[in-house]
Amino acid sequence: MKIYTDTGKKDTRSGFGAGLTELGKTNENVVALCADLTGSLKMDAFKENHPQRFFQVGIAEANMMGMAAGLTIGGKIPFTGTFANFSTGRVYDQIRQSIAYSGKNVKICASHAGVTLGEDGATHQILEDIGLMKMLPSMTVINTCDYNQTKAATIALADHNGPVYLRFGRPKVANFTPENGPFTIGKAVELQEGTDVTIIATGHLVWEALEACKTLQEQGISAGVINIHTIKPLDAAAILKSVAITGCVVTAEEHNYLGGLGESVSRILAENNPVPQEFVATKDTFGESGTPDQLMDKYGLNAAAIVKAATKVVARK
Amino acid sequence: MADITQLEAFVTQVRRDIVRQVHKVNSGHPGGSLGCAEFLVALYQQVLKRKEGFNMDGDQEDIFFLSNGHISPVFYSVLARSGYFPVEELNTFRLLNSRLQGHPTTHEGLPGIRIASGSLGQGISVAIGAAAAKKLNNDKHLVYALCGDGELQEGQNWEAIMYGAGNKVDNLIVAVDLNGQQIDGSTDTVLPLGNVKGKFEAFGWEVVTIEKGNDIQAILEGMETAKTKTGQGKPICVLLQTVMGNGVDFMMHTHAWHGKAPNDEQLASALAQNPETLGDY
Repeated sequence: MKIYTDTGKKDTRSGFGAGLTELGKTNENVVALCADLTGSLKMDAFKENHPQRFFQVGIAEANMMGMAAGLTIGGKIPFTGTFANFSTGRVYDQIRQSIAYSGKNVKICASHAGVTLGEDGATHQILEDIGLMKMLPSMTVINTCDYNQTKAATIALADHNGPVYLRFGRPKVANFTPENGPFTIGKAVELQEGTDVTIIATGHLVWEALEACKTLQEQGISAGVINIHTIKPLDAAAILKSVAITGCVVTAEEHNYLGGLGESVSRILAENNPVPQEFVATKDTFGESGTPDQLMDKYGLNAAAIVKAATKVVARK
Repeated sequence: MADITQLEAFVTQVRRDIVRQVHKVNSGHPGGSLGCAEFLVALYQQVLKRKEGFNMDGDQEDIFFLSNGHISPVFYSVLARSGYFPVEELNTFRLLNSRLQGHPTTHEGLPGIRIASGSLGQGISVAIGAAAAKKLNNDKHLVYALCGDGELQEGQNWEAIMYGAGNKVDNLIVAVDLNGQQIDGSTDTVLPLGNVKGKFEAFGWEVVTIEKGNDIQAILEGMETAKTKTGQGKPICVLLQTVMGNGVDFMMHTHAWHGKAPNDEQLASALAQNPETLGDY
C-alpha cells in the first residue's frame, strides 16, 4: 500500500486562488469575475495584480455569467467566482444558453460546495451541483480533492478550450497530492491498487478514502482507491480496469447520490461490467448547520462510512 | 452608402423573407420581426462598421447581439442579405438539420451569430462582456444589442443595466423595441413597464428616443445621435418605438401575430403589400 502524507491542512479554495494568481502572471487573456465574494474565493491577489482584468459584478450572478460569455468574444478566458450554489442553480439558464449551448470558453469556479460549508446551513450547501452541471452537453465537470490539485486544475483550465465547472470547498483539509503535480482533465488517478473492492472518490472524500483503505487493510480487505477529479468526461477505462480485478465498487462524494459521481459510475458499470456498488453520498436530503466534521459524520461522508460501505459491498459479491 | 430609397426597398424584401419563412414551416414569430425590419436593415447596411466575412471575436469591427432571439426571421434575412450566408438558406428556416434554428444559435456555426438567444433577458449582459473585452483589447469599435420591451420584465436585465452604468460601459448601445406587445397581450395588461426612459435614466444611462422606429431616416438620425454620446462615461439606451407587424396591414397594432404564421391566403396578401425588390430566395 502506498503511503500518502498530509503536508499540512489547507483549503481547496486557496488552491484555486493560487492557481488564478499564477495564471494572471502567465496568461494575459485570463480575466476574472466575482459576485461580491472576492475574499471567500481567494481572488484578492488576482484583483490586486490585475485590476483591469478583474470584474466585480456585485450580487448579480446572472449578469456575471452573461458577461463571462461576452468576454470570450474578443478572446478572453473568463474565470467566474462565487459559491457553488450561486454558480449553478441560481444561474442554470444563463449557463445553459449563453455558455454551454453557445460553446463559450468560460470557467465556472465554485467554492463552498457541499455540507462542509458548515454553519451557514442548507441555503448555501448545494448538494445537487454536480448533477446540474454534468447534464449540460459540452460541460466539463471537475471536483478537486486538495489544495495542490485545485491549484493544478485551475492552471490547466486555461489551456482547455470549452466550458468547465470547477468545484472546490471551504474547509481546510489534508494536502497530499504532489505540489505542482500534473493535471490532465479527464484522466483518473489511481492512488491505491486493490484486489477486493474499488473505492472511487471525488473531492474531499478522496482523503477519506485513503484513510478508509488503511482501516480496511487491517480488516483483511484490499481496497483500490481511484481519485476521480474529472466527473465528466469520466475515465471509464481506469474504473473498468480496477473493477475487473475487484468485482465491486464504493463511490464516495460530498453530493446527493441522485445525479452525482455514483450514478455516472453506475452507468459505466451497467454498460460494461455490472457489479455491486454502494454509495457514500447524501441520500436525497438537504444539509443543515454544524461544523464540517459534524456534518460529514452525520451525513455519512467520512472514512468510517466508506469502511462500512466497502465491507457491505464485498459481502454482496 | 445606400440611400433611403434603397434601404426601404431592402426592408420590403426583408418583409417578404419574414412572412415566407414562417409560412413555410407554419411557425415562428412574424410580428416582432416585421417591427424591427427597418432597424436591423439600417443597422447592418449603414450603422455598423463591419469587416468582410465573419469571425467570432469581431476584432476591430462593431458587433451586434440580438437578445430577443424569437425575431430570428428578420435577423436571418438581414444577415443573409448582408452577405453572411447564402440567401437560399432562408429556405431551411426551422427545418431539421438546418443552421437556421427556431432561435439563433452559434451551435450550428451560422455566420453572423455570436451568442444563442431565445431564453430572454440575457443579451445585455453578454453585450457588456463583449464591450469589456473590446476595451481590454483597445478596440475602439462599438457593441450594439437589441432587446424587446416585454423582455425587460426579466430581472437579469436590471442587473446588467445597473452594472453598465456603475462601470461606465460607454462603448455600448442597447436598443429596446418598444412595441408595447407581448404574447399574452399588451405590456400594460401583462406587466406594466412603467416609464422605461425614466428607469434607464435613473439607473444612469443616456437615453435616445426614436419615436418613428419604423422610419429609416429617423432610425439613422437617432443612431447617429446615439453614437455621438458614446465614450462619455455612460452606456446608451435607444428607445425604438415600433409597430409590431409593421408593413403587413392585418398584422399591425396587435399581439395576435407575435408567434403565429400566416395561412396561404394571408401570405398572398402580405406579399401583395410588399412587392419583390431584391429577388426572393
